[in-house]
Amino acid sequence: MAEIRNFTMNFGPQHPAAHGVLRLVLELDGEVIERADPHIGLLHRATEKLAETRTYIQSLPYMDRLDYVSMMCNEHAYCLAIERLLGIEVPERAQYIRVMFDEITRILNHLLWLGSHSLDCGAMTPFLYAFREREDLFDVYEAVSGARMHAAYYRPGGVYRDLPDRMPQYQPSKLRSARALRELNEARQGGLLDFIEDFTRRFPKCVDEYEVLLTENRIWKQRTVGIGVVSPERALALGFTGPMLRGSGVAWDLRRKQPYEVYDRMQFEIPVGTNGDCYDRYLVRIAEMRQSNRIIEQCVQWLKVNPGPVIVDNYKVAPPPREAMKTGMEDLIHHFKLFSEGMHVPPGEAYAAIEHPKGEFGVYIVSDGANKPYRVKLRAPDYAHLAALDEMARGHMIADVVAIIGTQDIVFGSIDR
Amino acid sequence: MASRLETLGAALAAAFGDRLTSVVTDRGEITIVVPASGHAALMRELRDRPELRFETLIDVCGVDYSTYGDGVWDGPRFAAVYHLLSVTHNWRLRVRVFATDDDFPVVASIVDVWPCANWFEREAFDLYGIVFEGHPDLRRILTDYGFVGHPFRKDFPISGHVEMRYDPEQKRVIYQPVTIEPREIVPRVIREEHYGGTK
Repeated sequence: MAEIRNFTMNFGPQHPAAHGVLRLVLELDGEVIERADPHIGLLHRATEKLAETRTYIQSLPYMDRLDYVSMMCNEHAYCLAIERLLGIEVPERAQYIRVMFDEITRILNHLLWLGSHSLDCGAMTPFLYAFREREDLFDVYEAVSGARMHAAYYRPGGVYRDLPDRMPQYQPSKLRSARALRELNEARQGGLLDFIEDFTRRFPKCVDEYEVLLTENRIWKQRTVGIGVVSPERALALGFTGPMLRGSGVAWDLRRKQPYEVYDRMQFEIPVGTNGDCYDRYLVRIAEMRQSNRIIEQCVQWLKVNPGPVIVDNYKVAPPPREAMKTGMEDLIHHFKLFSEGMHVPPGEAYAAIEHPKGEFGVYIVSDGANKPYRVKLRAPDYAHLAALDEMARGHMIADVVAIIGTQDIVFGSIDR
Repeated sequence: MASRLETLGAALAAAFGDRLTSVVTDRGEITIVVPASGHAALMRELRDRPELRFETLIDVCGVDYSTYGDGVWDGPRFAAVYHLLSVTHNWRLRVRVFATDDDFPVVASIVDVWPCANWFEREAFDLYGIVFEGHPDLRRILTDYGFVGHPFRKDFPISGHVEMRYDPEQKRVIYQPVTIEPREIVPRVIREEHYGGTK
């Protein structure tokens, strides 16, 4: 009788379904996974160590590059931690802007997740559909911060600037007819808020389109139902948060349970799964997109009628207005000191967590009173999720590993940091 | 919120009393410092006692206190900081454990209390060299295969010790000492209290 041995296979780091640079060492018995050992760190940039050598504001753009599909949410947690250390209150309008952009970011993230997850499982079309809507949201990012992805828009004490009252438009070009140009610019006639409002009206129908393609799709259900089942108790023990935890049936959402900013004034529901498999987590995320859309609508209504400051007027934390700097000596000095030496944060430690699209994203800062943080620890939700991959994949087939990696919504920027 | 914190503080005091080195409430968060001996048993109690019920470990963070406050630090160098979350009671807790030996920091592992501690402890070991006693698989996780040293320690330079390049003569990738000087554009300053009229 021939000797039967387990087969060890490398999955990644160069693999389209590895969602970045995941090297997965799979121990196989035939096609069944005996053990999955993820090797991470291929994208490790030591963001936390770099943050120790830079002032608080200088580290802010690094946060965009952590989870590079939900940029503003990372900034949000970082700013919240600094604000908690400083003990400052953010103006109300800035809080609404932050909530609105958090939800825009959630939709951005879930759209990318939906596209890549369904692509991994063999459906090409949702990917193309999802990028159509992502394009509009990138335009929103660009209008407000000048960058389509790495915005660096949130600042300790508020946001960098108020929403523009004119949405940038497409310019005439040889490649487009006048009619095509008119159609492209139709939603862009007003300000940014009008554009976002138009988006929230269109978006529920887009989600219906994704659902038509997937929710009752036989292949999709065969690939996801009953795959990677996690019980609620186990999900808590494994440190799951966000949609991964809610997919298992635990109604835990920081926006509701430990509200930050103005989430306590928002009307929204928290979708929860029942079986804890990939399909339930898919349904949870789809429902979350609809709820995010609702929250954006409410923020737009409030922001349209309530002007006000968007950053604190404490010049030790936030720069003075530019026009004041041109005339006032003191404002000029404040600006210079803030951007050269940086702000001083009182000694102490703070942990700020937000409901990131992937789960709980936390920033723990230890300060010793200097202009640079003493220690920054970034708690990435997908780090804990990927750690559970071994347990979730055991006993499944190789093809199911791809579905499980997809459902975990992994991004290596935040796992490797 | 304040009353919730007081409830948690009272529950901690009732459950552990003088087994805690210190309990600090600051900025709406409770931090307890726990001696390294018996810390794993205490963590298990934090999870299992019905009045505390910390079902989830959110984070484990290694800290190197050697240059804290530019030399005012007087105490053990390495600490592991745990962030716990109770879904039942909706509260959080920070637990700090100092490793008694600075040259060979050892802290008991809590993988069998919360399985998600596995990777977090591997990370703290990798970056700070804190050894978690009882960990089933304490390998490096974030740094390269064959990496030497613990890069997040304060005495490890930001530019590292070695750099990697392709050597056309040997036709392979080689490691060599770093050729760049570490430079600091903005110096680290700690100002006196109430500097420039701040709180």
